[in-house]
Amino acid sequence: MKAVITVIGRDCVGIIARVSGRCLEYNVNILDITQKVFSDTFAMIMMVDIGNISAPFTEFVDSMNALGEEMGLSIHTVHEDIYNSMHRI
Amino acid sequence: MIDAYDILETISMVREEHLDIRTVTMGISLLDCAADSVSALCDRIYDKITRRAERLVKTCDDIAKEYGVPIINKRVSVTPVSLVAASCGAKDYVPVARALDKAAAAVGVNFIGGFSALVHKGYTQSDRILIDSIPESLAGTERVCSSVNVATTKSGTNMDAVRRMGEILLETARLTRDKDSIGCAKLVVFANIPEDNPFMAGAFHGVGEPECAINVGVSGPGVVRSALARAKDCDLSQAAELIKRTAFKITRAGQLVAREASRRLGVPFGIVDLSLAPTPQVGDSVAHILEELGLEVCGCCGTTACLALLNDAVKKGGLMASSHVGGLSGAFIPVSEDAGMISAAQSGALCLSKLEAMTAVCSVGLDMIALPGDTPADVLSAIIADEMAIGVVNHKTTAVRVIPAYGKKAGDRVNFGGLLGEAPVMDVHPGSPARFIARGGRIPAPLQSLRN
Repeated sequence: MKAVITVIGRDCVGIIARVSGRCLEYNVNILDITQKVFSDTFAMIMMVDIGNISAPFTEFVDSMNALGEEMGLSIHTVHEDIYNSMHRI
Repeated sequence: MIDAYDILETISMVREEHLDIRTVTMGISLLDCAADSVSALCDRIYDKITRRAERLVKTCDDIAKEYGVPIINKRVSVTPVSLVAASCGAKDYVPVARALDKAAAAVGVNFIGGFSALVHKGYTQSDRILIDSIPESLAGTERVCSSVNVATTKSGTNMDAVRRMGEILLETARLTRDKDSIGCAKLVVFANIPEDNPFMAGAFHGVGEPECAINVGVSGPGVVRSALARAKDCDLSQAAELIKRTAFKITRAGQLVAREASRRLGVPFGIVDLSLAPTPQVGDSVAHILEELGLEVCGCCGTTACLALLNDAVKKGGLMASSHVGGLSGAFIPVSEDAGMISAAQSGALCLSKLEAMTAVCSVGLDMIALPGDTPADVLSAIIADEMAIGVVNHKTTAVRVIPAYGKKAGDRVNFGGLLGEAPVMDVHPGSPARFIARGGRIPAPLQSLRN
């Protein structure tokens, strides 16, 4: 089972470190990262494996939302099935 | 690997274009709740609904969080109360409505549908009791929705019921006059009512349905409008293609939610209703899609054609995205619940007769239209009769949910708040259909009914 984490917001030190740190806390394995900085806007799409997640996925979503609020970023964590359903036949 | 463009497109659909799942509705059969006293009946109904739907809201909230798509409404529909209550011996069914309301509050759903009767060919004693109980039931409850099917293509139109429903509408409006006659916003008169509709106020759980089922209604007018805006001046073949592609994506989200809710609740998946359901929020309007197609204002010449194109493309796109399609499936045009319709009606561009024409090519009917409070009952009945004729002859569902707002006249406003929105009170044709309505009887089934 995979999930997709998207992060958008003003660039600052430690975004990847803190997002990946939160993944570690929940035993979520990072599979792929696509990341760019456009002028001072940070954008990242992170694909993660939630097969061995240590808590219910909804808790992980809440925790990521809270991290986003704390850092002033928009962090969106969703199960990959929504993308597969909507964009694949 | 998922494409980054697809990810960003989905996120922008949800965040900027109001993509959501409009409703997850659990249909529950109450046939086994029948009892020989009204108190036993109410206890059984309350117990069954609270047992079956106990986890509905929590499960839907979890799914919404995990998939990042909001599920706006969680609702329950039940077997028509006129069937379930037939043997209870009560002289009115208001206590049953209260039991439904209490059960809905206990499980945390905002509406419960099924205070209903199917009288397209005639009344049973229980149907009469139910219909007579509608005004007081809707005035005395918060969440209960009522529907009455008065016509089908197969059996024609029960004009005695049509006449009675005009009176019931006026009485419901009077009893809820302190809230702009809001009771009428929870009452729908149907032709060809579907048994698996997840949308309120017309949802009920048909007798051909299983013990329990999950039905899902999708939405997304804002997503369709944005896609058309991006395509600029493409021709109408391309516009239809674009709407189909967008409807496919929206419906797939609905199918995923339906499948997950069904699996987690251990309840069979019923249908996905392919509908474009607007809300009064800016950017979530069906009227604005029609205007994006090139109309100066919704209601001008060309509106019916644009709506027909939209409705057809939504169905074609959605059909392939879901394993079972049902309910109402089409674009909704509820005046008070659609920012574009509200402003078109306010400016005088959209009138009752144009709305009636529009209902011939979309779902569902004359929906959430405020009328003057002094509209006579026979005029309301005649409005219902016209709409039923469109449904019966065209083999489609049509419905009437109009609000004869007590004490208001044309040009005034009613405000229901929330999803039910607000609307200007519209003018009604002054001619009297009194003699026609007083005739009663049945309008025979049309030739189209003989298909065997």
